Amino acid sequence: MGRQQLVDRIATGVLWAAGVLILLILAGFLLPILVEGLPVIDWQFLSTRSSAVRAGGGVGAQLFNTVYITGLSLLFSLPIGVGAGVYLAEYARPGRLTEVIRLSVEALASVPSIVLGLFGMIIFVNYMGWGFTILGGALSLALLNLPVLVRVTEEAVQAVPRSYREGSLGLGATRWQTTAKVVLPSALPGILTGLTLVAGRALGETAVLIYTAGVTVSRRFPNPDLMAAGETLAVRIWSVTSEGLVPDADRIAMGSSALLILLVLVVNLLIALPLYRYRRRMR
Amino acid sequence: MNRVRTADRTARAVLLASAALVALVIAAILLFVGSEGLKLFLDVSPLEFFFGLTWNPPLGRYGALPFLVGSLAATAIGLLIGAPLGLAGAIFMAKISPPWMRAILRQASNLFVGIPSVVYGYIGMTLLVPWVREHLGGQGFGVLVAGAILAIMVMPTILGVSEDALRAVDPALEEGSLGLGATRWQTIWLVTLPAARPRILAAVILAFARAFGETTAVQMVIGNSPVLVRSLTHGTATLTSQIIMEMGQTPPGSAWNRALFMMAFLLLLVSLLMILLVRWVSNRGVAR
Repeated sequence: MGRQQLVDRIATGVLWAAGVLILLILAGFLLPILVEGLPVIDWQFLSTRSSAVRAGGGVGAQLFNTVYITGLSLLFSLPIGVGAGVYLAEYARPGRLTEVIRLSVEALASVPSIVLGLFGMIIFVNYMGWGFTILGGALSLALLNLPVLVRVTEEAVQAVPRSYREGSLGLGATRWQTTAKVVLPSALPGILTGLTLVAGRALGETAVLIYTAGVTVSRRFPNPDLMAAGETLAVRIWSVTSEGLVPDADRIAMGSSALLILLVLVVNLLIALPLYRYRRRMR
Repeated sequence: MNRVRTADRTARAVLLASAALVALVIAAILLFVGSEGLKLFLDVSPLEFFFGLTWNPPLGRYGALPFLVGSLAATAIGLLIGAPLGLAGAIFMAKISPPWMRAILRQASNLFVGIPSVVYGYIGMTLLVPWVREHLGGQGFGVLVAGAILAIMVMPTILGVSEDALRAVDPALEEGSLGLGATRWQTIWLVTLPAARPRILAAVILAFARAFGETTAVQMVIGNSPVLVRSLTHGTATLTSQIIMEMGQTPPGSAWNRALFMMAFLLLLVSLLMILLVRWVSNRGVAR
């Protein structure tokens, strides 16, 4: 019996160590970025255009493109993703069609982002003949968002208590009236939480965008032209470190990394705070 | 009343159309990427592509085996490190940690997910690669650092799903075990973990799929030499890294371009296979 207690103690110690190790690894990644990257971020860094060859360039255009492309991709994917999620949760009956749709959602969620990028390249860059564009990048990125939005919507809608629906239907409302006026508002917090996840992933995505939105920016910025090429912050980090000619590539990469992480945190807060209020009001 | 019913029908149709669109998208991806890729075999024999060791497109050599091996090696190392760490973290969070530590770890896990893959790649390239070169020899670039980065990237997935799975185990089972005099660890090892096994396995398969398809982070630390992996710390390439490196310089319709698309199709097929595997594992878990 004493031996078992000893094993128990050791196991507890090892598991604590694993928990602490996970925190240390996180610190190991975040600290260098924040310590070296945050001092790089100043007004000049945020407001000047990048240079292909000279030192001292900023990432103003890339910052704009990041937010712009992410926003557009959500605009394209949100209605379809929520629609499909509501269909699966509220309307779909067990059967072959439902099975095909469910499998498609899972399959699309598992497609590597580079494959989505190549698909976007075939369709938008080559077939439509657009070349590298913000629109093509945003549409390709929407494919990455889509399955996650379907899943979080389906889960959020399924979590709405049955009695809410029965109450509404019992009062004579139709199925759609019930869905739109009762079920969706109750599911909204869950959908929004999923949205932060999707937005965070879209902000930092590279493989989808390199061959759809390209690695160059417009001469002037902000340039909302959908048909212009639009390098994002994440793609900038990649291009400046793997094929860049600028002498201050490390400064730009560190600054952009810190900026990107701040951006993800800000977007999380922007969605989380109103959500907190909404949840309290619903109670 | 009629208007309301029309609205009801229209809504149903629109929702069904959205859902059908998702199915259409995955079908289109398979069709377009697959047909571009498979056209490679008009010019190059499948034998050469799948088993050839020499990748030299200007000379007409399209052996893609080194990339497949590179992808598998980096992914295997990633899971060997990432899965035990994620699972240990999950057991800790679900069964041992005090609430304050659990709250910290949950936030940490969210932060891990929020770090973009290009940033993981960049840190790997600037910190890990030089460290490995200095302390372990070789070029630093290679499957070891790629695997380490992948481990950290898939760890939150395994942590999150496993923690949910461990929590979902019926407490009566564990109380029974504790009541019979088993220690906490014996209970976890002999009761909780086996009960949660199907979902943990599913998490590991999903992690495999994610690591196998990860592109930017791997490309930045793998070394990008199109040769078979020589050691843990010598440059090689993976399916994804080779696609991202060379896609920009190949004209559409060329054999080189099609070879890269065939590699993408291979990635696609592997990820679909993983999805079917996850379904099979989960269904078996339910059936038991």
